Amino acid sequence: MSYIHDDKIKELEIKANEIRQSIIEMLEKAGSGHTAGSLGMADIFTAFYFHILNHDPKNPSWEERDRLILSNGHIIPVRYATMAHAGYFPIEELKTLRKFGSRLQGHPEKEKLPSIETTSGPLGSGLGQAAGIAYGARMDKKQIRVYCLMSDGEQQAGNIWESAMFVGKNKLSNLTAVIDRNNIQINGMTEDVMPIDPLRDKYEAFNWHVIEVDGHNIEEFVNAIEQAKAIYEKPTVIIAHTIPGKGIKEMEFDYHWHGEPPKSEESKRFLNELRTLNGKIKGEHE
Amino acid sequence: MINKDQKLVEDIFNKKTIKKIPIRDGYGKGVVEVGEKDERIVVLCADLMESTRSHWFEEKFPERYIEIGVAEQNLATVAAGLAIYGKIPFISSYAVFSPGRNNEQIRTLISLNNLPVKIIGAHAGVSVGPDGATHQALEDIALMRVQPNMTVVVPADMEEAQKAILASVKKSGPFYLRLAREKTPLFTTKDSPFEIGKANVLYDSDKIEIVIIACGSLVYNALLVAEELSKEKINVAVINNHSIKPMDNKTILKYAQKAGAVVTVEEHQIAGGMGSAVAELLAKEYPVPIEFIGVNDRFGQSGTPDELIEYYGMGVGSIKEAVKKVIKRKSV
Repeated sequence: MSYIHDDKIKELEIKANEIRQSIIEMLEKAGSGHTAGSLGMADIFTAFYFHILNHDPKNPSWEERDRLILSNGHIIPVRYATMAHAGYFPIEELKTLRKFGSRLQGHPEKEKLPSIETTSGPLGSGLGQAAGIAYGARMDKKQIRVYCLMSDGEQQAGNIWESAMFVGKNKLSNLTAVIDRNNIQINGMTEDVMPIDPLRDKYEAFNWHVIEVDGHNIEEFVNAIEQAKAIYEKPTVIIAHTIPGKGIKEMEFDYHWHGEPPKSEESKRFLNELRTLNGKIKGEHE
Repeated sequence: MINKDQKLVEDIFNKKTIKKIPIRDGYGKGVVEVGEKDERIVVLCADLMESTRSHWFEEKFPERYIEIGVAEQNLATVAAGLAIYGKIPFISSYAVFSPGRNNEQIRTLISLNNLPVKIIGAHAGVSVGPDGATHQALEDIALMRVQPNMTVVVPADMEEAQKAILASVKKSGPFYLRLAREKTPLFTTKDSPFEIGKANVLYDSDKIEIVIIACGSLVYNALLVAEELSKEKINVAVINNHSIKPMDNKTILKYAQKAGAVVTVEEHQIAGGMGSAVAELLAKEYPVPIEFIGVNDRFGQSGTPDELIEYYGMGVGSIKEAVKKVIKRKSV
């Protein structure tokens, strides 16, 4: 069974493509930032903000909102872009990314932008914070869900495993973690830099329920989120296999794009590629 | 002479009658007291419930006690999450581990976001004793006072620690409290004044030659020095500078001007500690000769607290020597 209609999936795919375009535009303008991971997580962010989350862009501090914690803050362009498209702030503001005085800091800061929830960038500390929020919510019997998005590279950080142990012990089933398994990090492929596999076995050993999905298949991802809600005796982690640089052929799978922004010439080419693809999707479903 | 306004214990210099209680007990009592009044208060501990005195809270409010295990980075990250959610977490461990091991988490998650996480660093100083250098935090004041938004308090006795805990929850934002392990003289009373950002002048006279600015368990040693030197006709003032950030610049400046010479006393590395904070202020506003009592770029070791305080040059004799030395420097 599926928890999402075909029409909705199509709508989200088109939205994800628009968000990818915004990511290219804002990173080109910023002149620095992380492109590959941002593009790779566009489908999942779209699914969150346009389907999964219980939230209100017009009231970002709404107490009953679900909390989305981004642990690997360096892919913040995808979150800013998705939030802008969801109506949190004008799309125009995306141009201020990484500029002096901007609310859109190079790495997200909690106090700068409402509902960004946490400050992140230094890796490994999102899961513990998500755990604290989930623990507090459970103490107060609040029916909110907490989501924590992590990178695969940050699974090398000790803090993650301290937190994973804590979440497992306390059976924080109101918390769902998502790992962006794109296999790249700054210095190369994760399994060359410092292997993190077998990731499924590791989390299972820490008393988590583990689901693996194709991170570009919105239907699969949404269904995994619904499954996680149904499992109440354990926390769930969704290992989402994604393609770094997804949507732009020459960028896909290339770790050099981890921390590189597109240059002006490239940006034009990439935007054209995305727009054409966008047309294709429309064409297919018309 | 002893400043009566400070309402210190009677017969403060009588070694036979003065009570000795660990400063950490003040945290244990204080956190139960604030926990009774405010349901948002939760206590987290990294497997040191008893020695930090967090167990008194755990006994009373088990549902609001959160065990973290030997995981100090997670201690800070989970606390940050709880604070973001709306709780007021106290995190307790030994100061070498918290704020030592988890310094970046405290910096980025707690201080940068100005979250109301109260950090309790127990077992600070060489007076931890037999455990040795690994467990004797001598750099925690330095680590904490360089973080924007952070309040840093070093109480001088059990009573003051308890008051500091009450004050910590009235203040929004992050807070660091430094605790010592050993039993130390309880010389303030319930009626003694305590305010964050307000230094207490404990010993004073009309004409002073020198002011000793001290914090923590060594404040009592500073008082002993002042009393002994009064017999040698050397007039000394003693300031309990419990609040290192924000610091009471006004009182410190006033006494530096009055005395013209300063000795700072703390159980911490001289570099970056309370004495450094005083020196930064005086160098800019009113330069006077300063001598620093503290640990001079060394690590601690095993021994009894008294042995170690003497060996590392923080005993009464060393403070006296520093006072005489700095007075001589005045005339140069």
